[in-house]
Amino acid sequence: MAGVTFREVRKIYAGGIEAVKGVSFAVPDGAFCVLVGPSGCGKSTLLRMVAGVETVTAGEIRIGERVVNDIEPAERDIAMVFQNYALYPHMTVYNNMAYGLRNRGVPKPEIDRLVREAARILEITELLKRKPRELSGGQRQRVAMGRAIVRQPKAFLFDEPLSNLDAKLRVSMRVEIKKLQRQFGTTSIYVTHDQLEAMTLADMLVVMNAGRIEQIGAPLEVYERPATTFVATFIGAPPMNLLRLAAAELSGLLGASAAVPPEGGILGVRPEDLVLAPAGARSDGGLALPLTVETVERVGPESFVYGRLARGGDVIVRIPGAAAPSFGEQAVAIAPRHKLHVFSADGSRRINS
Amino acid sequence: MQKRAVFGHRLLPYLLLAPQIAVTLVFFYWPASQAVWQSFLLQDAFGLSTRFVWFENYRALFSDPAYYNTIVVTFVFSAAVSALSLSIALLLAVMADKPLRGATAYRTLLIWPYAVAPAVAGVLWIFMFQPSLGILARGLRTLGVDWNPLLDGTHAMILVIMAAAWKQISYNFLFFLAGLQAIPKSVIEAAAIDGARPVRRFWTIVFPLLSPTTFFLLVVNIVYAFFDTFGIIDAMTGGGPSKATETLVYKVYQDGRLGGDLGGSAAQSVILMVIVIALTAVQFRYIERRVTY
Ligand SMILES: Nc1ncnc2c1ncn2[C@@H]1O[C@H](COP(=O)(O)OP(=O)(O)OP(=O)(O)O)[C@@H](O)[C@H]1O
Ligand SMILES: [Mg+2]
Repeated sequence: MAGVTFREVRKIYAGGIEAVKGVSFAVPDGAFCVLVGPSGCGKSTLLRMVAGVETVTAGEIRIGERVVNDIEPAERDIAMVFQNYALYPHMTVYNNMAYGLRNRGVPKPEIDRLVREAARILEITELLKRKPRELSGGQRQRVAMGRAIVRQPKAFLFDEPLSNLDAKLRVSMRVEIKKLQRQFGTTSIYVTHDQLEAMTLADMLVVMNAGRIEQIGAPLEVYERPATTFVATFIGAPPMNLLRLAAAELSGLLGASAAVPPEGGILGVRPEDLVLAPAGARSDGGLALPLTVETVERVGPESFVYGRLARGGDVIVRIPGAAAPSFGEQAVAIAPRHKLHVFSADGSRRINS
Repeated sequence: MQKRAVFGHRLLPYLLLAPQIAVTLVFFYWPASQAVWQSFLLQDAFGLSTRFVWFENYRALFSDPAYYNTIVVTFVFSAAVSALSLSIALLLAVMADKPLRGATAYRTLLIWPYAVAPAVAGVLWIFMFQPSLGILARGLRTLGVDWNPLLDGTHAMILVIMAAAWKQISYNFLFFLAGLQAIPKSVIEAAAIDGARPVRRFWTIVFPLLSPTTFFLLVVNIVYAFFDTFGIIDAMTGGGPSKATETLVYKVYQDGRLGGDLGGSAAQSVILMVIVIALTAVQFRYIERRVTY
């Protein structure tokens, strides 16, 4: 086992597209790192460079102590689970799992033992004689997992492994992947754009946008202290409310001690941190936003109130239960000062602590 | 997915099929039945009288050592042409499948030979290997090979095999390339990550996944070598020297057209017909049962 380190990694595709624009971070040995970001931000590219199926244009990738830039995928000793599983269609499940071991010259009895052990863990023993086309999507997913764990590699790479499964199966597989990773303690890099997967699986969350890293941290840390407005709106659903405020308004809100840039900034507040109060209510020292209710979404345990602000702009408030105000009602959305997030005017920097 | 047309009139579909059926009847079934009929007949040397002799022509054929010689020649020729054109085409397709600069030009160049008429291809190769003038023949001379396809049966055989295989490479190449491109890239990548180096990857993943294409092409190439190489052989060696390059099809022509043995020639055609029907049947059976991954 080994950690994975990226140093100023870049990828420029043949067409001139710069998919990864200088990325540096380190995944400690045994950690579960999740890469999230919108479609096309370069997550898969980064992962594929670790696997060795995409070349590194500049910079350095290390697995353990070894720089792997110019090392064949075959010699990197990692395993990857693909979105479409990429099982070998002409081989049985058993041979799919045994293939990597055979390539490494593991003796036959040992192969048999390892394959059966992995099959037992994943509960696919009765599928060992089947071909991939005779399996359901969920079973194929398990075989793909089996192919990865059977070799006990230095690192697991996952590229949206659950996105082809139905919602229910996705949840149970997610739990299972986390359990397996704990059990083996293998360094893992997991690409997804599903927030829930990202938040629940990660020890270490890496938020990417347009080929760059926006923020790295523990999932809750990223949720509680987003470093940029991009992260603020990307993590959390519904997304954080953002309001553009002038310098005077900001310092009024944050207190005189806060260093507020002269051009003002962006105020962020999460829908779940807002409370709806009757019209005319005030917040002592915090934020109070008078609004008119426009839409209410009731999802059962909670409701989302979409309001139009008196000062202009929209806001979403998340309230518990279904007892939400109705259309056209006046109300005030209130949040305490310590729940507010303040970003620089261009959204690239967090200002308050 | 199946498309189902709706016809307004019951007769219309038959009417639309009629030209095709007519062509098949006139140009295939009629001559074929003629050949079968002819193969039971024996003409005298001057073509004045004809006798119905049942299987006499076949009996004569199978007791003639020359016919067995032709079978061996055909077998060697077809096996060599198929093996050579398939393996070279596969090699070229594997190289063309890589994302290279100029890949399009490379592919286009590879398709050209297919557009060359068989006789022209034959003449081209004759020029190159003409013992006294051909560039390649001279090259061989300097290497110490006493190259003379006009006298040496083995040399002649090698020459027609090369010309015939060269002609078929384009066709095989196109199918192999399409077959290669149909293999999901991620499967190959998974194999690479699973520790298989390129050569091993080829034999354990790519080649097995390509096997339906290979099988299809094998049958096509055998049929080609059996039947479509007539023009090449005729232009290059005329079946010689001393029948060293006389294949079954060429012998039909030789005996019937030049030798005037219409009955024997017809019997040979019927045997060839049976062979091609058998090959086609194998092909269809296989395609029907073909596994789709
Ligand atoms: N083989 C390629 N050649 C050229 N450009 C590519 C190639 N693969 C990806 N790209 C481009 O690189 C960028 C990043 O792609 P990548 O696949 O890494 O995105 P992603 O973050 O995985 O997106 P998604 O969530 O949709 O899978 C995109 O703009 C994409 O168009
Ligand atoms: Mg991707």
